[in-house]
Amino acid sequence: MATKQKTKSLKSKGADLANTFFQLEVLNGKQISDAKFPAFGAKIGEVGYPTLTPTELEVFQLNIGKLCNQTCTHCHVDAGPDRKEENMDKATLEKCLKVIAAVPSIHTVDITGGAPEMNAHFRWFVEECTKLGKKVINRCNLTIIVANKKYNDLPQFFKKHKVHLISSLPYFSEGKTDSQRGDGVFQASIKALQMLNEAGYGKNDPDLVLDLVYNPNGAFLPDDQASLQSLFKRKLSTKFDISFNSLFAITNLPIARFLDYLLQSGNYEEYMEKLVNAFNPMTVESLMCRNTISVSWEGYLHDCDFNQMLDLKVATSGNRHLDDFDLEALKNRKIVVNQHCYGCTAGAGSSCGGEIT
Amino acid sequence: MINLNVNMTKDVNLRKMAEKTYFNPEDLKKFGDISKWQETLGKKFFDYYGEVFKEGALSAREKALIALAVSHAVQCPYCIDAYTNTCVQKGAEEAEMMEAVHVAAAIKSGATLVYGVQMMNHNDKISMK
Repeated sequence: MATKQKTKSLKSKGADLANTFFQLEVLNGKQISDAKFPAFGAKIGEVGYPTLTPTELEVFQLNIGKLCNQTCTHCHVDAGPDRKEENMDKATLEKCLKVIAAVPSIHTVDITGGAPEMNAHFRWFVEECTKLGKKVINRCNLTIIVANKKYNDLPQFFKKHKVHLISSLPYFSEGKTDSQRGDGVFQASIKALQMLNEAGYGKNDPDLVLDLVYNPNGAFLPDDQASLQSLFKRKLSTKFDISFNSLFAITNLPIARFLDYLLQSGNYEEYMEKLVNAFNPMTVESLMCRNTISVSWEGYLHDCDFNQMLDLKVATSGNRHLDDFDLEALKNRKIVVNQHCYGCTAGAGSSCGGEIT
Repeated sequence: MINLNVNMTKDVNLRKMAEKTYFNPEDLKKFGDISKWQETLGKKFFDYYGEVFKEGALSAREKALIALAVSHAVQCPYCIDAYTNTCVQKGAEEAEMMEAVHVAAAIKSGATLVYGVQMMNHNDKISMK
């Protein structure tokens, strides 16, 4: 099914915001906006976390590439069809497998992108992870399933390997979905969801979990996750006979294209103020960066996917790469924080699994 | 060289100009300050307000749509901003929000038109048949 790109990547436009250092300067009031907000590090210090430290490493998250069939307006990865070079090669995936196999506490391999399925080694990698007995999460944008015949069998592939699917659907109607993700995306997503339901996903089989991700379609915070889930379930069931397991409400972090949107629309300062004012100390204990390591397509290690997109590598010595993976050093590291982290502590909190309180 | 849309500066300037009008959007953030001069009544009001908008026989989403409609009927710019935000946050569809405004408009226009009966009655009284 045909979809139309909503925008271009910041990189292809040659935008200043394609530079991660520039983004950090903006977030710290040194470029474009002179608005200053309390330093996130100091804010968590006030509530008992002078440093943010990791718990046990449980989730190994890989961003296996920036290549995507969509160019969504809010994308913190700045992914798109033009990002063909930045994709994890097989040698790096093999290094990931070695780490996953060597660390028993890692129970989940969380694969994201871009559209992870567009990486030539995606299916092989999923198979290898399941051979290791690890739970595999795939962050699927849905439309990839119907983008090309070669992807049409993905529901059966996912089913075979009991892949837990977490898929973006920002709204239950066409206008708001397509305005964020591109014309035609809603219809393609609905078709893909129906195919997944036909394969048994999103129903009662505990091995075939289909969760949806809601993220606000603009400069506002998500509402209560349970209420949104109830609304989405009712609307998708009534209108399209679609079922799913859970809805995760995720806050948009001021990074990359969403930061660009905030600045272009004049919403940046107000949005940051909302995030800061909604700071909830109860979220800090459960922040996803505490039990996760996020690996970039080149094999560098980060505390989370957002830090990865700002090129903030883990604060350990050495080159902070898979080649030097040192579990003890990682356990003793301080998690790198910056102003974007307010996005994960606002309200009920936000993570790749939705609310955290 | 900052590679941002030139319209951004224009938009920000327009926004700053708008903020200098009688209704300042920033004042909404100070709403709680009304308790400073009368704490007891202020507290009672905000407690009541909070209770009203909780989930009840009506959902919080339905209440937000009612509030949006009433905001238009009472022509309160602060309320319109606030309940547009709330409705969007609660997943209200644009058509639902506009229909809510039409409900307010229908009641307002109906309330005007129903006086037409009074006009007709009075016309009948003073006119020869």
